[in-house]
Amino acid sequence: MRFIFTRDTWQEIFGSIRKNKLRTAITIIGVFWGILLFIGLQGAAKGMENGFEANFKGMATNSIFLWGQQTGIPYGGFNRNRSVRIELGDTYRIANQIEGVQFVAPRNAKGIFDGAPPLVVNNLKSGNYKVFGDYPVIDKVSKKKIREGRFLNQKDIDEKRKICVIGERIQTELFAKGENPVGKYIKISNMYFQVVGVYKRNNTDFFEGDNSIFIPFTTFKKVFNTGNRIGWMVIAGYPDEDIVAIEEKTKALLKRRYSVHPDDERAFGAANLGEMFGKITGFVKGLKFTALIVGIATILAGVIAIGNILLITVKERTKEIGIRRALGATPGEIRGQIVLESVFLTLVAGILGMIVGGLLLSSLNNVAKDLDDFPFVNPTVSLEYIAMAIALMVVLGTLIGLIPAQRAVSVRPIEALREE
Amino acid sequence: MIQIDELHKSYRMGSNSLHVLKGINLDIKEGEFVSIMGSSGSGKSTLLNIIGMLDEAEKGSYVLDGVPIKNLSEKKAAVYRNKFLGFIFQSFNLINYKNAMENVALPLYYQGLSRKLRKEKALYYLEKVGLADWAHHLPSELSGGQKQRVAIARALASEPKVLLADEPTGALDTQTSYEVMEFLQGINDEGKTILVVTHEHDIADMTKRIVKLKDGKIVEDKFVEQVRASQYV
Repeated sequence: MRFIFTRDTWQEIFGSIRKNKLRTAITIIGVFWGILLFIGLQGAAKGMENGFEANFKGMATNSIFLWGQQTGIPYGGFNRNRSVRIELGDTYRIANQIEGVQFVAPRNAKGIFDGAPPLVVNNLKSGNYKVFGDYPVIDKVSKKKIREGRFLNQKDIDEKRKICVIGERIQTELFAKGENPVGKYIKISNMYFQVVGVYKRNNTDFFEGDNSIFIPFTTFKKVFNTGNRIGWMVIAGYPDEDIVAIEEKTKALLKRRYSVHPDDERAFGAANLGEMFGKITGFVKGLKFTALIVGIATILAGVIAIGNILLITVKERTKEIGIRRALGATPGEIRGQIVLESVFLTLVAGILGMIVGGLLLSSLNNVAKDLDDFPFVNPTVSLEYIAMAIALMVVLGTLIGLIPAQRAVSVRPIEALREE
Repeated sequence: MIQIDELHKSYRMGSNSLHVLKGINLDIKEGEFVSIMGSSGSGKSTLLNIIGMLDEAEKGSYVLDGVPIKNLSEKKAAVYRNKFLGFIFQSFNLINYKNAMENVALPLYYQGLSRKLRKEKALYYLEKVGLADWAHHLPSELSGGQKQRVAIARALASEPKVLLADEPTGALDTQTSYEVMEFLQGINDEGKTILVVTHEHDIADMTKRIVKLKDGKIVEDKFVEQVRASQYV
């Protein structure tokens, strides 16, 4: 193996590579392309993963939205089509009795599922906006980006304060340009509320957009006369809990409480975010895996192309190899030279591919930075993958180089020299 | 230097077997200048290839400088070739992307000499064949005679016991042929054993011993009065 490190070996290799520039270039393209694809795909998959992660940051992804509907099966003396409305007490029951639940956030709203959006007035300007009655914990379901002032807090709940947090668009529609709404009063359904905060749009929200108003849940209950009824609730499980099981257990609990037939699938509606996010994560994982397979397959194809070209080259160089052997080159030396050529070309091509792939990813990243709704952040390829790719190239380059090398020494020098 | 006894060689061509050498006996002493003559198909090239360890005999014995050449592994054969033999070919067989000096240095590379030593030696032998000024020229920039002189320098560079030349003048015009022969005579005068395969009588006459082959057998083996090539140059 010592011959790998001697300058002369490399001089011989460079000599034969330099002599065949076109051939070398063509040879290199295969592996170059393979590595470029490998790096590009891996980086892109990672970029998407990071992008999704950034988008869902500050969001309880392992959660369910749950609401009452109408029964589908007559049960316990009740007819079917009975409306089931869940109540505030259910949230405590669920939080206390169901294992794995992190918190439960009850919500009420005007203007999305029932009723028209209330009229909101500020001096001479007015508009119709959705109004949500919320606990501060809703901030954990989907992080609010507060631009001015603050979000709801426990004190607001306890004292049933008539305060509100408004969306950015409401500010532009109801207030003069440059006017700070915090501290001002607006009229919601003819009741005065003090504005305490302005929030910015967040792409992880579900209903709020940038044109909604948050008021304390207790205030909502009082002014809109909703009693203990709640519109729906968000049940968040701990990150590693099986959210599908939590959904089933919660529904079973509610069915018992509201005398609903155990098999009634209609009584409670639910949207399982956890399941949905599981699918997205699964999709990204699948993407990464596919990228890995495709990348490796392309590297393989590239290395085979190198082997192919070297095989042709060896045929072209039969005479040269014959001369070398007549002058005293041992078969080992000839074989070593050709294998080294193969590995060297593979590595050069691979490293070029990595550099270009890296540049490509970095320019993609720059483009994606300006696109808000394109989930693509920091496309990178881990060092393990790079190391793996290099190891793969060396191993494959050696293996594939052995074929032309064997071919080169299998020709008897006398036959090689006789060829004119 | 070379002792050959009852050497047989046949080539298989499909189902036919072509008996090329049918019992060759040849004894060459150190410092001899021998030409092997014969028409094409007489087996002269085969004999040279066997002597050059590029090919193997089937039967018989071949001893080179006291070393029996038999059942050699490829590696051993390569080492022996490098140590004992220098080759000169009809078509020069220079490596076309290496310059004259690099070509001469190639056998030294396989001997494992250091770069500096290789360069020194290569230049020394190029000087000897009068091509020191052409050391950095590629073969394509040299004339036929010059190429053959580079090849001779290369053959000499490894300081072999025997020089084997296969039709060394076959691709050259008469004038250049004589110049090449003059070189070979000079080398022989210094004591080097040289074996030349040729079918040209004037070339053979410039050696000291002529061995005639016909149909795989030696039909004539005589020592001759050497014609000095210098008188034609």
